Amino acid sequence: MSVDDLRGRFEGLFERDVTLVLAVLGTIYLAYVLAGVAFGYGLRGQLNSIANLTFYVGAFGMLALALNLHWGYTGLFNIGIVGFMGIGVYVTALVSKPPVAQGGAAQVGGLGLPLGVGMLAGVVVAGGFGLLVALPALRLRADYLAIVTVAFSEIIRFTMMSRTFQSYTVPDTIDLTVAGVQLFSLDPTADTIGLGGGGGLILNYADPLEALLRTLFLWEPYLGFVAFVQRTLIPNNPKPVIDGLLYGIVLLIGVGLFYLLLSRTGKSPFGRVLKAIREDEDVANALGKDTDRFKLTAFVLGSALMGLGGILWYSSRGSITPPSFRPNITFFVWIALIIGGAGSNTGSFLGGAIFAGLLYEGPRYVKNLVEAAFNLGDAPRNFGEAVAAFGSLDPVPFLVYTLDSVSQLRLVIMGVVLIWLMHNRPEGLLGHRKETASSVDLTRPSGGDAGNAAAADGGENR
Amino acid sequence: MSISETYVRYRRTLGEEPLAIGVVLVALWMVWALVSGLWTGGIQVSSLASLVWDGLLRGLIIGLAGIGLSMTYSILNFANFAHGDYLTSGAFAGMATSYLVAGIGENSVGALLLVGAGGSVFGGALGIGVTTSPIAVVLGAIVAGGLTIALALFIDRFVYKPIRDESGIALLITSIGVAFALRYLIQFVFGAGVRGTTAAGSVPRINVPAFDGTFRVTAHDASLIVVAGGLMLGVHLLLQRTKLGKAMRAMSDNEDLARITGIPTERVIRTTWIVGAGLTGIAGYMFVLWKGTLGFNDGWLLLLLVFAAVILGGIGSIYGAIGGGIVIGLTASVSVIWIPSEFGRAAAFMVMIVILLFKPEGIFSGRTTA
Repeated sequence: MSVDDLRGRFEGLFERDVTLVLAVLGTIYLAYVLAGVAFGYGLRGQLNSIANLTFYVGAFGMLALALNLHWGYTGLFNIGIVGFMGIGVYVTALVSKPPVAQGGAAQVGGLGLPLGVGMLAGVVVAGGFGLLVALPALRLRADYLAIVTVAFSEIIRFTMMSRTFQSYTVPDTIDLTVAGVQLFSLDPTADTIGLGGGGGLILNYADPLEALLRTLFLWEPYLGFVAFVQRTLIPNNPKPVIDGLLYGIVLLIGVGLFYLLLSRTGKSPFGRVLKAIREDEDVANALGKDTDRFKLTAFVLGSALMGLGGILWYSSRGSITPPSFRPNITFFVWIALIIGGAGSNTGSFLGGAIFAGLLYEGPRYVKNLVEAAFNLGDAPRNFGEAVAAFGSLDPVPFLVYTLDSVSQLRLVIMGVVLIWLMHNRPEGLLGHRKETASSVDLTRPSGGDAGNAAAADGGENR
Repeated sequence: MSISETYVRYRRTLGEEPLAIGVVLVALWMVWALVSGLWTGGIQVSSLASLVWDGLLRGLIIGLAGIGLSMTYSILNFANFAHGDYLTSGAFAGMATSYLVAGIGENSVGALLLVGAGGSVFGGALGIGVTTSPIAVVLGAIVAGGLTIALALFIDRFVYKPIRDESGIALLITSIGVAFALRYLIQFVFGAGVRGTTAAGSVPRINVPAFDGTFRVTAHDASLIVVAGGLMLGVHLLLQRTKLGKAMRAMSDNEDLARITGIPTERVIRTTWIVGAGLTGIAGYMFVLWKGTLGFNDGWLLLLLVFAAVILGGIGSIYGAIGGGIVIGLTASVSVIWIPSEFGRAAAFMVMIVILLFKPEGIFSGRTTA
């Protein structure tokens, strides 16, 4: 098989994947637009709803891709994702928050460096913590690694909540003097710095979108575009809507970059070793690969990407608080990955998109749809009142209560979907798309003269 | 490169020895801080005793819950992440029964069965407590165990049994799904609020003198010790005196071989669930009775500590689970002497991680279910 042939094959696959991705995204978006029509949304409402959907598709897509590097490629069972996300966004906040406390005495400041520096620092520190976890933990069995990583993410959350790290006062000058010789003298701009404790941190740095556009010299054209939209389409204050949409698009571009990076990694010699480790670590070791080093690199890279995913998810929010970083988010990303199928990058992104559209945001839309269609009145305050109405053969209160609790039932649905997937399609919706640990295609060419009696040579000479 | 060379390099790369030295140094510093604190009076003996007492009781609950986890872990070969929500289920089932028994006649049955969801009934007003309403508590504990057994068997039949032959990781992921479904169904039915469940003021207590002060022992502490001790002894006898223990050990070593030798493996699995889930449900109920509050997240929050205990003690060993539970409980409570109190649980996780690094088979190593 010639190289061109192989390339054609890969491109063919890519073509089909592109259509698949577009079809799935198209279906989800269409459903949301139709739901918007049913709610009687105007243009503004529709755009808001689409921006929100795009945000979560992007966020879960990115995180599922990063997890795919750990689990799909290398077979590392990491359930501490939210810990790395939290580290990323907290470090970004510490580095980029303005030094002077603006939110009153209770608020802590930061170092006041540009947002780009903060994001870079967040990614690097998340990767560093990945190294810290991986160095001792990668020797462990998969289930032990799982427990260690989830314990790690909880330790991170306790640290965020702790009063001990809430706030430090930074001295005006830091002098390091050894034996009378002044080594260096630093004059930090920060007054206070810390993790903010249970109250979290207010992210009062420059708006990430504005910072990005200013770097690209697109801020003025963007403002012009917003003014244009205001004149023609949305008369009152269109900026938040357009901001949201643009941020969603930025996240999708992020997904694209993650995808490119990871598929290139997967196809490189490095990626093949990772897949070999996933299949059988002892064999990879016996072939002379330093599997510990490969696992370590993959874990650190994946952790850094998770940190970046966390930064992009949370840095556009007004504030961050420790309860956002509960292990639930980790399991959301896992469900997304399993929906799409571990081991395939396209599958990971599709899983992220389907999870975000159907399981994460979908139930809320169903609730709103039903509420818009029927005038159901107030929900019963608790399960008892809801069930009590059955006595008078009135199921409506129960249904209203169910709808009202949709944010909890959403998680029940996720759990049931996960169980169903593990029973029926453990390889994911896309089917068996795990890439093999080989540089050439290992599948036998099908069709043609496969059925010929000439296969007495084992079909090897074809 | 020779094997020994590789091994040495391996040890160096992973920095095992600096870690070991670090652990020893930390231990020395802790001893020094404790002794000097006691000497100078910075740490009171009575407050230390009260921390130790609290840690011991916490450890008994963790250990009791850990037995079930350890048994299923070694026999079915997967880490059951839904175990914490079995604890919660037991706690809610038991408390609903206690509420019903203590409050029937004066309150609506629905409010009682929902354990006072939305503040309709208060446990304190019903006088829930081992001395004030002993029958309600005993019945509550029995129902907690029974319903958790039924729940575990139901889930096993419809969730775990169809994929019994899959890898431990597939089962682990499935159990995360079970945990989600169970936890948020409980929240759907019983509401999200954390409620007080006992008449905390009317629980009899004595102040035990301890050198420079006293520490408090309540009737619920005592009942927890009696129940936990009794159940642990019962499991010990069950596994020692019957063939079940031997069959379980055989299965955890090699399931196929066990089946060939005529061990009815499915029946052993069912018995394992019954014993494990019964203990778990009662542990959940006793936990809630002891701490006096109940929320839908309680079991999940305890789960990682239970895992820590089971790993510490060595998977498959019930004595390991009990011993590990007590070590973890003591760590989580007593560590506040050295570190800020927010990090008590973090310290317990660190102990688990250190054990996994140096002795991954656990301190009471070996598969010794019995």
